[in-house]
Parts: sequence; structure tokens; C-alpha cells
Amino acid sequence: MTIPSTAASAATPVSTDPGGSTVPGLRLSGISKVLGGRTIVDDLNLDIAPGEMVSLLGPSGCGKTTTLRLIAGFLLPDQGRVEVDGAEITSLGPERRPSAMVFQNYALWPHMTITKNVAFPLKVARVPRAQIKERVAEVLELVGLSHHADSRPAHISGGEQQRAALARALVQRPKLLLLDEPLSNLDAKLRVRVREEIRDIQQRMGITTVLVTHDQEEALSISDRVAVMSEGKIEQVSTPAELYRAPATEFVAGFIGSSNKVRALDLGEGEPGVEWVVRPEDVRVDPEGMPGVVTRVLPHGHYSEVAIEVRGTDLRAFVTGEAPAPGDEVGVRITRALRYRNGTLDEAPVTVSA
Amino acid sequence: MPTMARNLGGRILTAGLIVLVAGFILGPLIWLGMHAFATRWRYPNLLPDGLTLDWWRVVFAEPELFAAMQNTLFFAPVTVLLSAIVCLPAAYAFSRFSFPGRRIFLVGLFATNAFPKMGLFVAMATVFYGLNLMETTLGIVIVHLIGTVVFMTWIPAAAFSSVPRSLEEAARDAGAGKIRVFRTVTLPLALPGILVACVMSFLASFDEAQGTYLVGAPSYMTMPTEMYSLVLNYPTQVAAVFALLLSIPSVVLLLLTRRYIMGGQLAEGFQIR
Repeated sequence: MTIPSTAASAATPVSTDPGGSTVPGLRLSGISKVLGGRTIVDDLNLDIAPGEMVSLLGPSGCGKTTTLRLIAGFLLPDQGRVEVDGAEITSLGPERRPSAMVFQNYALWPHMTITKNVAFPLKVARVPRAQIKERVAEVLELVGLSHHADSRPAHISGGEQQRAALARALVQRPKLLLLDEPLSNLDAKLRVRVREEIRDIQQRMGITTVLVTHDQEEALSISDRVAVMSEGKIEQVSTPAELYRAPATEFVAGFIGSSNKVRALDLGEGEPGVEWVVRPEDVRVDPEGMPGVVTRVLPHGHYSEVAIEVRGTDLRAFVTGEAPAPGDEVGVRITRALRYRNGTLDEAPVTVSA
Repeated sequence: MPTMARNLGGRILTAGLIVLVAGFILGPLIWLGMHAFATRWRYPNLLPDGLTLDWWRVVFAEPELFAAMQNTLFFAPVTVLLSAIVCLPAAYAFSRFSFPGRRIFLVGLFATNAFPKMGLFVAMATVFYGLNLMETTLGIVIVHLIGTVVFMTWIPAAAFSSVPRSLEEAARDAGAGKIRVFRTVTLPLALPGILVACVMSFLASFDEAQGTYLVGAPSYMTMPTEMYSLVLNYPTQVAAVFALLLSIPSVVLLLLTRRYIMGGQLAEGFQIR
């Protein structure tokens, strides 16, 4: 059984506390940015609770990096307000904002040692020398880089450079941590480990965090909530589970996970303006169902992705256990589907009983 | 084995090329060095008739030649310093800001190198007479500056451009103001390029003869302008001694900067994508 839920509005305000009395850790209200005659960020609203980690997820060119740069202060919005912990910072330069950023290419200064890189923000802030030493040692310990304190950035591995960049951000004790695709330059195995480390540190320190990524697995696995962006707007902000279970728009449904799009549940003509989205795991191979023919089988390890042609439509199904072979005649049953009218989810996910 | 034959052939070819290049570069230098210490060395003889230090004594005893050395050692550093003060901000602007006419200015800097130098200097001399700059220190410095502008603008501009923006942004994000970012990130990373430009400018000023002769002679003689009269009025050996002296600063400078520029720091800077 699925729990009915109303379709989420395009930009869900915060959240967890219905009273709404808490001051958000970050509030973007109606920010817009035009660059080179193109609207990159279009009247965007987002509230992030203190200590929350929110991912901006979307295809390249959707405006997620621009949004992050607007938060960091490298760009100033044409319209709208940026607030951190209730204080407006809309027109401040990056050096006066309480945020710290981890850059995609790490942006470590090659002519300084790791210690000097990490100490730089404190030196600029005129922290007393003894305290700088202490805090740098502490944060290097936290990210596990104490043994590379005196190395140059070029002499340590990509993963270590990434952690040094994180240390340089954390040492400032920022109110807001900004991560710009911090894992995209790491190899797949390392990426999974480092993202868990980042999440662990973020939760322990309770820093409000914005992560920009195009990798949905990364966004879904370590965020409290995910904001899916498209063409400068936020399509939906939800918890990872909700995002997958009830995508508010057809775009989100197509972007998150894999899915089948059909006109009607019986694969007939259907109604005008209505489309159904069916997750492959909700397509069951069942002798009682609609007759179909297996056209392709793609093994993925513990499950197989099976393409089945049913009444002239190609359906994808995830089959665990023994998969049918191409050419087999099978029955197909849809157990759960999402209904979209003109691109937006118009009712609760439909569960089709046996 | 064909591969071994090819290897051997390749080695012979490489060795041949090395000898050829060494001959072209070192040949004249050896010839100069021999002459500087030779009593007499004429064509059919493979070796000089005798060895002597007399020619060195002649050079150092001649007050004019000594004054020329002093002049040169004054004009070259002053030129580099002024050139840096004028051109480095321009180089930064060319690299970081886009303004109307940027390309025209940048290419226009080559104009001074596009014309025959002598024609340019004659035209300048006309102006200099009007401004009473002939035979003045300022006049010579201006002539020297013109020869360094291209080096001091183009090379540092490229060096500034090669500093990734994100490194500067990271410093801004860490709380540093624009001047601090320039001082602690941009300038140190562009320094190897700026040093190359300084060395090139120093050598350009050090070797500048035509313009200096036209504007400065006879009151201000530098080593290169003195070379002209040496070649005409003294035995070959004195010119050889002077030429050797003239090459010392270049060699010393190149050796000094080579260590720093090839020291890997530049390469490290470029590893950052």
C-alpha cells in the first residue's frame, strides 16, 4: 500500500516544523540572474533549515552552479534576496559572507603547503597565531590529513586534495558550507567513500550545507532534501524517498531513476493530456497479466533489466531471480503507477491491485 | 636486426645534430674566447701564436670603456624597473578585464617592433630635439623602455591569464580582499612569467645599441655603443674581450632564472585544472 500524498508544489517552503518559527539557515527568495541575455536562474525560492544538507540536482545548464555562485557571492542576483541565519547578505562580496565553498577542482593554492592553505582563511581573519595552529591541526586531524600537513597540493592524491579543500572550508567554521560538485574528479569507489565522510562530518558539525551535483545517486544518498532544478527553476524539493516515490512533475519523474512512460495503464489510447509513469520495479512478470514478448535482457548483477514489448509498447521491468530469455512469451502486470496531467502529478500514486 | 640498425642510425643522426648545433652555438664563442687571450691569431694557424692578458688590461685601463660599463649597469636595471612599473598593471588589465580596444592595444604594442628600428629612432630623435631630450639620461631610458614594452606586457599578461580564476575565487571566499588576493595568490603564481619578462627586458636594454647611439652619443656611451668604435678603432682582440664582458650578465641571469623557472613551481601551478 502507498500512502496518498498531494502533489508537492514547485518550491516547497521549509519543512519539518509546521509552526515555521525557526529562522532558516539559508533563505533564497525570488532570486533571478540573467547572464549573456539568457535567464539562468529564474525567480528561485528555497529555504534550508539550520544544519540541513540540501542538494541542487539537475542536468548541466539547469542553473545549479549559478545558484551556488549567487549564494557564495561570486555573482550578485539581479533580483531577490539571500539570507543566512536571518541576516541579509544579498549585496555582500564573497569575502564578507559567512559561507565557505569547496570548489570542483579544489582550487588549492599550489605555492602553499596544505597547512598554509588551510591556515589562510584564519590568517586573513586575524586569528591569533597560536589559535590558528591549534585549529588547523584539529581540522587536518578531522579530515585525516595530518601526515600531509607540509606537503604541496601537487604531491598528494586527488582524494587527499579534496579533503584538504574541505579542511580549508571547515576551518572557517562557516555558517554555510557550499560544495560545488566536490566529488566529480574522483574515481567511482573513492567517490562513495568520500561522500559518506563528507556527510558524516556535516552531520557531526551540524553545518547548513548546499551540495551541487549532477549525479542523482550522490544527491539521493547523502542529502536531507534534494532540490531538482530545470531551466533555472526548482521543480521539486523533497526528501530523497519522497522524490522517488512521488515526483511532482514529469521532468522529475524522468530525471530521477528510470521509468516507463505510457498513455494508459492498459497501454491503450488513454485520455488527452494524461501520461502515466511506471517504475521498472512496478512492472511484474506474471502469467496472469497482459501478454508480451521479451526483446532484450540486460543483466545488472543481482537483478536484470528486461525489455518487454506489450501491445506495441516497450516496457522496462526489473526482474530479480531468474530472468526470462529474449523471445520468451510472458505476461506483464503493472502494480503501481503515477498519473500526470499536463506534466504535473495530479493525484496519489495509483496502486493496481492484483 | 632491423630495429638495432634503426636504433644505431638514430643515434648517429642525433649525435650529428648535436655536433652541428654545438658547432654553431659554441664555435663563435670559442673563437671569441681564444682571441681574448691571444697575442696574434691569423688564418692559416690552427692555434694562436701566444697567450697574453694584455688586452684585458687595455680594456680596464681605458677610462671610456670603464664608463661605458658603468652606464650600461645603470641603464639596464633602471629600464627594467620603470618598464615593470608601467607595463605590469597594463598586463594585468589585458589579462583580467575586457575593455573596448583591448585587442587593438595588445596588437599595437607590436608596432614598435614592426618597423625598422633605425627609422623609428630617427623620427624619435626629431621629437627629442624639440623636447631637449637628446644626450640626456631620460632620453636614453625612454629609448630603452620602448624595446621592453612588448616583453613586459605580453609575457606577464599570459602569466596572469594562466592563474586559474578559481584559485582567486577561493581566496576571496576565504575572506581576502581584492588586493590581498592579488598579493598572495595571483602575483606569486604569475611570478615565473614576470621574471622571464624581466630577464628579457634586461637583456634587451643591455644590448640596445642603435637608439642609444643616436640619442646618447657622444655624452653617454654604453657597452653596446662602445662596441662600434672598438670594432673600428682597436685590434680584434680588444673587441673580443669586450664582447665576452658583454655576454657575462646574460649568461649569469639565464643560469639564475633557469633554476627558478624550471624548478617545477610553474608546472605545479598548471596541474590545477
